[in-house]
Amino acid sequence: MAEILTPKLAPLATSVAPAKAGAPFIEIENLSLFYGASQALKNITLNLQEKVVTAFIGPSGCGKSTLLRCLNRMNDLIDNVRIDGAIKIGGHNIYDTNVDVIELRKRVGMVFQKSNPFPKSIYENVAYGLRLHGVKGKAELDDVVEQSLRGAALWDEVKDRLHASALGLSGGQQQRLCIARAIAIKPEVILMDEPASALDPIATARIEDLILDLKKEFTIVIVTHNMQQAARISDQTAFFYIGELVEFDTTTKIFTNPAQKRTEDYVSGRFG
Amino acid sequence: MNTVTPGQYLPESSSDTTRITRHFRAEKFDFWSFFFSGLTGLATLFIVGILAVILLNIVINGWSGFSWHFVSTIPKKDFFDVHTTGVLPMIVGTSIRVIVMTIFVIPVGVITAIYLTEYAANTSIITRIIRAAVNNLAGVPSIVFGLFGLGFFINFVGKNMDKLLHNTSAVWGQPALIWASLTLAVMTLPVVIVATEESLKAIPPGLREASLALGATKLETILKIVLPQALPGILTGGILAVSRAAGEVAPILFTGVAYYMASLPGHLSDQFMDLGYHVFVLSTQSPNIEQTRPILYATVLTLLLLTFALNIVAILIRARMRKKLRALG
Repeated sequence: MAEILTPKLAPLATSVAPAKAGAPFIEIENLSLFYGASQALKNITLNLQEKVVTAFIGPSGCGKSTLLRCLNRMNDLIDNVRIDGAIKIGGHNIYDTNVDVIELRKRVGMVFQKSNPFPKSIYENVAYGLRLHGVKGKAELDDVVEQSLRGAALWDEVKDRLHASALGLSGGQQQRLCIARAIAIKPEVILMDEPASALDPIATARIEDLILDLKKEFTIVIVTHNMQQAARISDQTAFFYIGELVEFDTTTKIFTNPAQKRTEDYVSGRFG
Repeated sequence: MNTVTPGQYLPESSSDTTRITRHFRAEKFDFWSFFFSGLTGLATLFIVGILAVILLNIVINGWSGFSWHFVSTIPKKDFFDVHTTGVLPMIVGTSIRVIVMTIFVIPVGVITAIYLTEYAANTSIITRIIRAAVNNLAGVPSIVFGLFGLGFFINFVGKNMDKLLHNTSAVWGQPALIWASLTLAVMTLPVVIVATEESLKAIPPGLREASLALGATKLETILKIVLPQALPGILTGGILAVSRAAGEVAPILFTGVAYYMASLPGHLSDQFMDLGYHVFVLSTQSPNIEQTRPILYATVLTLLLLTFALNIVAILIRARMRKKLRALG
């Protein structure tokens, strides 16, 4: 499997597939995750489409962030984690023993809840991933840095101070910088773990616009506590409750006519 | 209807007579608060006072014997004469042993700290044993380090080096600058390890995650993100180690210091003279204590200034690094 994951930046599907059509891009099959003896994810099976925004919703502790972090194997970093089942991305199980995690994380980028720019310049933040993966030419770096900052709707605000510290940016700008940093290495999937939960409404709106824009190129999975946000930006929504996938459907269906009582209670704000 | 002006309280009824006014109680003199704040202040003053007395005593008494001639002269064997003596070899010896020590202790300490914070599983028995060992190392009396240096570095490492390299003629198997420095390095290792560990732990885990999520290996993350951030903290450890080592005499007693040498040390296998040890010599071996006293004070002053200077250099480097980190990184 590794040799199929290895080729750099395997071509993305060229046609923009409409939501719900075509073969699933990410297939989560019977996934269970244990922290020591306690089970955080219970037998989850879920198929996500390419170039679609999927939202994971559910009350705190329901396992949505844990599942998100399974998709780029960030849970590998935690001691005492055991994972059963499989996650296939583009048809290949990322938990196969011979899968290169570095290559996986290059193809599955991540944006965190708390913006975490490196204490380097704006330019170096975006160039970091590129340099890691061997890009050396100044012209190429300049080019990709500009593209990525434009892609993250940050270019106009920072183009005159690319070499100033990233820590001088506002919270919303920092988060967009983190998005620019993630898209600079051209992943296929972007995982977002409550990317706007620490931002004010205006900065949140900009991030949401950005996500709708990024959908054209990337498959996006977003964890959010904000029900309106899920409704505004996602095409599909999965509702989790205490480690179980309760319901997965189009966002419209989940928010207007869910099949499960628990989903309805949650999205209407009756608990959670 | 009356209009209500801003700031006016508005009980519905206009009858103000119902409002009860109560005075605040007058402040009572709290004896214990007063006593305790006074006590803490006095304790602080006491410490500052002792420091001031020591420093003033040294500066006032040492100033007369302190001169350019004094710090730049290599003395004759009889170094108790106020007019001809000097401390150049001691300044050189002390400086070199501190610098060589720093060169060894920083890499070893930093690498150990990286292992402990970044690689070792926090709960494993081995990690706990290493941590306990590091803490205990800090509590070992310095004379024991001196004996360790003699037994391990000179008698074991040095003698065996001679067997291999020099046909058993004694080159390394005797007290030398390098062994004194290494002994000091072992002694100050806990200081560097603890300071480095603290600065590594202070780096937000989010930065490590961000780097790993971009496809960096653990090593790349440590080298490019973690270590640059930790550098000022590591240097703080270095500064503490230098301060501790510069004044230590016990660990070098058996491992390299000499009573007298006619020339400056030219090689790491040479013995050396040392400011701290020289203070001991001047105060115990002098034929005429009264006459030697100005030299003694001036030597102590020199040691203080040297320690101060080494610290200043390290602090300047750290300040530069902080500034660079803040500006760009």
